[in-house]
Amino acid sequence: MTDITLTELCIFACSEAFRNNGEIIATGVGPVPRLGASLAKLTHSPELMMTDGEAYLVEQPVPLGPRGYDDRKVAGYLPFSRFFDSAVWTGRRHAMVTPTQLDRFGQINLSYLGGTYDKPKTQMLGVRGFPGNTIYHANSFFFPVHSSRTFVPGEVDMVSGVGYNPAKRVPGGNYSGVDLRVIVTNLCVMDFGGIDNAIRVISLHPGVTFEEVQEATGFPLERGDIVETPLPDAEALAIIAQMDPHNIRASVIKDNPPARRA
Amino acid sequence: MTTKTLDKRMSAKAIVESLSDGMTIGIGGWGPRRKPMALVREILRSDLKDLTIVAYGGADVGMLCAAGKVKKLIFAFVSLDAIPLEPWFRKARESGTLDVLELDEGMFQWGLKAAAFGLPFLPTRVGLGTDLAELGGLKTVQSPYADGETLVAMPALKLDVALIHSNRSDWRGNVQLLGADSYYDEWFAKAAGKCYVSCEELVDRIEDHYPEDVQQNVFERCFVTGVVHMPCGAHPSSMPPTYGWDMKAFKAYADAARDPGDWAAVADRFVGASEEAYLESIGGKEAVAALPLPIF
Repeated sequence: MTDITLTELCIFACSEAFRNNGEIIATGVGPVPRLGASLAKLTHSPELMMTDGEAYLVEQPVPLGPRGYDDRKVAGYLPFSRFFDSAVWTGRRHAMVTPTQLDRFGQINLSYLGGTYDKPKTQMLGVRGFPGNTIYHANSFFFPVHSSRTFVPGEVDMVSGVGYNPAKRVPGGNYSGVDLRVIVTNLCVMDFGGIDNAIRVISLHPGVTFEEVQEATGFPLERGDIVETPLPDAEALAIIAQMDPHNIRASVIKDNPPARRA
Repeated sequence: MTTKTLDKRMSAKAIVESLSDGMTIGIGGWGPRRKPMALVREILRSDLKDLTIVAYGGADVGMLCAAGKVKKLIFAFVSLDAIPLEPWFRKARESGTLDVLELDEGMFQWGLKAAAFGLPFLPTRVGLGTDLAELGGLKTVQSPYADGETLVAMPALKLDVALIHSNRSDWRGNVQLLGADSYYDEWFAKAAGKCYVSCEELVDRIEDHYPEDVQQNVFERCFVTGVVHMPCGAHPSSMPPTYGWDMKAFKAYADAARDPGDWAAVADRFVGASEEAYLESIGGKEAVAALPLPIF
C-alpha cells in the first residue's frame, strides 16, 4: 500500500465534522472539504444531502474533476433560485470553506485585503453568501497552509462572516444560529470550545507539536484534550481514491507530504 | 375593429436607445452563467454612462466597469468561477473609482423581492455581526412583537431596467428558461420598471411550439417590456442546455486585463462593432453550439 498522505488525513478529519449532522446539506467547497463531505456521506452519515455542484441533489456524491456531464443520478432539486429558502435560511446546512483570513473570534474575510471599502488594496471575491451562512447554519474551515497570514493577529480586514466577537454584536440581534464547528489545517484540528468560544487545538497531526501550531498562528491558542489526529482506514482511502479519480488532492498541500513526517 | 397586438419585439439598438444615463440596471444570470451579454455589448457600443449596476456579477460587470460605464455597483461577488477573481472588476475596485454597495448573496435577492413587492425593505438577520451593515449604511429595525428582535432592514433594490437572457420567448414575452437553474432572473424582472429579454429562440406564439415546457415560464409576460432575438446572446457565459461557457474566451479576456491592461485597446475584441461582427469573430453559431456544458 502506498503511503497515506497528509491531504488524505485532512480529508478524513474533515469527514468527521459531518458526523451526526442529520438531514442537512453538506457543502464542501474545494477538493479537501468536498471529499470530506463525500466520505462522510458514503460511510458514517448517509443521511447527509449533497448537490452535484450545479442544481441537483445526488445520493451518490459526484467525483471530482472531468467526467461525463450526465453520469450522475439526480435524486432531488436544489437550484440557486431556492437555496436560501431551503438550505441556508432554514439552518439546514453545514458548509466547509477556505476563507482568506480568520481571526481569534472566528470572524472570516474573503472580500478584500488592506485599503478601504471604497479603495481596497487587493480586491477578492466579495462576501458571497458568508454573512448569511454564518448567522444561519453550521460552518467549518479547511486551510492547506497554516500560517499567521491566514490566522491573523487582531481582526480580519473586512468581517465577511459572523464570529464570536462581542463588540460586533448589535444588541437585540438573534445570534443563536452562529455555529462554528472545526478548523482543519495541514498541522492540526481546532474547534471553538475554549473560554468564550476561543479557538483551541483538539488534535495534532502525527509529528506536529502544539508550539509549532502556535508559532504559525497570529493569536494565542488554547489547548484542548489534545490527541493525535487519526489516520484514515483502508475503507476511507478506497472511497477517497474513488471520489478523486484524477488525484486532484495531490496538489492541495505543497509537495504532497506523507501523513507521518519522515 | 382593430386587433390589439402584443408584439413586444424590439432591436437591441432600440432597447439600449431607450435607456438613459444614470439609470439603475439589473442584470440577470449568475457569475459566468446565463448573462445577457449581447445586450451588455450593445450598452458597451453606446454612449451610456453613470450607470448603477445591480448583479450577481461576472464578465458583464467586469466589462462595464472596464469601459467606465459604472458609477455605482451593487454586488455580492464578481467572479468567472474557474477564474475566481474577475480581473477587470478588480482593477476598477483597486483604482477606487467605483461607488459600491456590497451585499450578501441572500440579502441581494431579498432586496430584489422587496422591490418586486413595492416594500421599502424586508427584514433579515443577515448582515448582523459583520462589517456589511456599517460599511453599506444599512439600518436596523426592531420587531414590534414580543420577541423585540433587532433585524437588518434590507432596502428594496428598485431597478429602472432589468436585462435577462432567456432560452425562448414569443413575440408577446412569454419566456421559457430552460437549463437546470434560472437563478434570480424572476426577481430581477419583477423588481424592474421595465424588463428587456433577449432570447436564443423567438417564436410567434409559444403555445403552438412548446406547450409541453410551459412550467419553464419562470415569470409571466406582464413583467416583460421588450424581447429581442439574440442567438448566442449569453456568450461567453453559459446557456444550458444550448451551450456551456467559453473558458478560452474568458481566459483571453482575463489575460488582457494584465496585458495590455487598457480596455480601449482591447474592447473591439470583446465587444465588436456589431453583434454580427462579434459572432463572426468567435467562430459563429456553430462554435458556440459546440461549447460543452460545464461540469462541477
